[in-house]
Amino acid sequence: MTEAPRFLRPVTGTANVGMAVTFDTPLPLDCGRSLAPFTVAYMTYGALNAAKSNAILICHALTGDQFVASEHPLTGKPGWWTTMVGPGKPIDTDRFFVVCANVIGGCMGSTGPAEIDPATGQPYGLNFPLVTIRDMVRAQKRLVEHLGIEKLLAVVGGSMGGMQALQWAASYPDCLRAVVPIACAARHSAQNIAFHEVGRQAIMADPDWKGGEYQLHGTRPSKGLAVARMAAHITYVSEMALQNKFGRALQNREALSFQFTPDFQIESYLHHQGASFVDRFDANSYLYITRAMDYFDLAEEHGGLLSEVFRVNAARFCIVSFSSDWLFPPVENKRIAHALNAVAAQVSFVEIRSDKGHDAFLLDEPEMFATVRGFINHAASDLT
Amino acid sequence: MNGLRPDLAAIADMIRPGSRVLDVGCGDGALLEHLVRTKNVDGRGIEISQANVNACVARGLAVVQGDADSDLVDYPAQVFDAVILSQTIQATEKPRAVLNHLLRIGRRTAVSLPNFGYWKVRLSLLTGGRMPRTPALDYSWSETPNIHLCTLADFVDLTRECGATTVEAHALSDKGTTTRINPARLTDSYMGPNLFAQGAIFLLKKN
Repeated sequence: MTEAPRFLRPVTGTANVGMAVTFDTPLPLDCGRSLAPFTVAYMTYGALNAAKSNAILICHALTGDQFVASEHPLTGKPGWWTTMVGPGKPIDTDRFFVVCANVIGGCMGSTGPAEIDPATGQPYGLNFPLVTIRDMVRAQKRLVEHLGIEKLLAVVGGSMGGMQALQWAASYPDCLRAVVPIACAARHSAQNIAFHEVGRQAIMADPDWKGGEYQLHGTRPSKGLAVARMAAHITYVSEMALQNKFGRALQNREALSFQFTPDFQIESYLHHQGASFVDRFDANSYLYITRAMDYFDLAEEHGGLLSEVFRVNAARFCIVSFSSDWLFPPVENKRIAHALNAVAAQVSFVEIRSDKGHDAFLLDEPEMFATVRGFINHAASDLT
Repeated sequence: MNGLRPDLAAIADMIRPGSRVLDVGCGDGALLEHLVRTKNVDGRGIEISQANVNACVARGLAVVQGDADSDLVDYPAQVFDAVILSQTIQATEKPRAVLNHLLRIGRRTAVSLPNFGYWKVRLSLLTGGRMPRTPALDYSWSETPNIHLCTLADFVDLTRECGATTVEAHALSDKGTTTRINPARLTDSYMGPNLFAQGAIFLLKKN
């Protein structure tokens, strides 16, 4: 896409986003508007078999992207889930065709608020329609169809990716065989909405946000976005993990400074988390995607009865939770399992003991790998 | 026959082909898998151990990690044709509540349990003066997970108090063999299975 030079490029503007497909047929959105044309940027790993029956869709979390198993083009870091996805890994790319797409509203090549609105020739900014988890999944469905896949072997995701996996099962029950929602919930809790709102307000309070038109003004609300990331990061780790890792240890000093510079290692760590995040993420995308998570309540359209969502579902589910995850605690994950049980769906549920908090799903958790490997292998056991 | 433990095989014989089964405390899923393969049942499990749940998931079984004391409350009434509780009730916190839930959830409930009235247990306590340890109950008193041991006669009392009838019963011997027994004989606390069976399997239904 050629970009008018008078706008500041999005932070990810020069990155090689992998593969991308642009659809001209409008994407209808839950807000009543539609998006056209729209682009989905994605990566694939492994090979699609002749029967097109070995495809696994990975859904990324809030600040994730399509680089699930390969180097990130901006940070140069390995893919965000190389422990789970790759040759010989639980989701084995020697056997399976893995697809991972950047969500609509994101900032790694899929259409989002930092992209140019063809109607105005300017970046969408806040003119970008509010998208939902269901809209993200609608866009993914288009991609999957574009790839010629009628039925996915599995949809797998953690956190917001888990929400998408659940939404896939709800929206397209006949288009998947297995679903692995990890560390997620069927609805976003009041506490989670509250944390998101703190993050959004931090971004919008940054003078460089400019009412969302920062690209037109040549600024970036990096301070606000960094604060949003810092606040969010606290929710991704457990209290115990923070205490064990940092305690009250001081950063590069022998004694308290009696100033507001970072005395404690935990402060310095959070600053680093915030500072490195702004180099790879767009502030408006952060607003849109957190909103999408806030709006997620799978049972809402069924009168609050989660089990009704899955009334006719032949898919197998494997729900994975972590004991120290206080963002999406095991009890929220288990609610999903009970709802599925109530309608006789094939559901397994595990609560993995970990002190790593919500982020455990991205870390080295052998029990999670064992669970997912066993589940996926069995789901694939009758593949032709 | 199929490598299944004899008590599990006896339970398997009680399950009708094609039925919906919930195995509470399903372990590594051996019984559930046997039922799915040989009887085409629609099986579900609840299991407390992470390693066992993983083993079940790898077998393609639908198993929820949880425990009988806290999780049965979330299951709707009468959705399963049969509910199985194998060698577990003596380790639950509230056996009465658990049994009530089982009877609510399933049309039939199969329960197997060790018999604390077994003569070897009685003799061990009588002659040793220490908490009995037998091959079937091989734990020291301070380490045992079996916090609610009972005799077969005690269990029959509980089933009656919960409004259930014993449809079928099998005695388990030390050697692992099973014998079908007349449920009426289970109430004799001095003789019969309550003295001579190492354990038993009950098939219950709500009155």
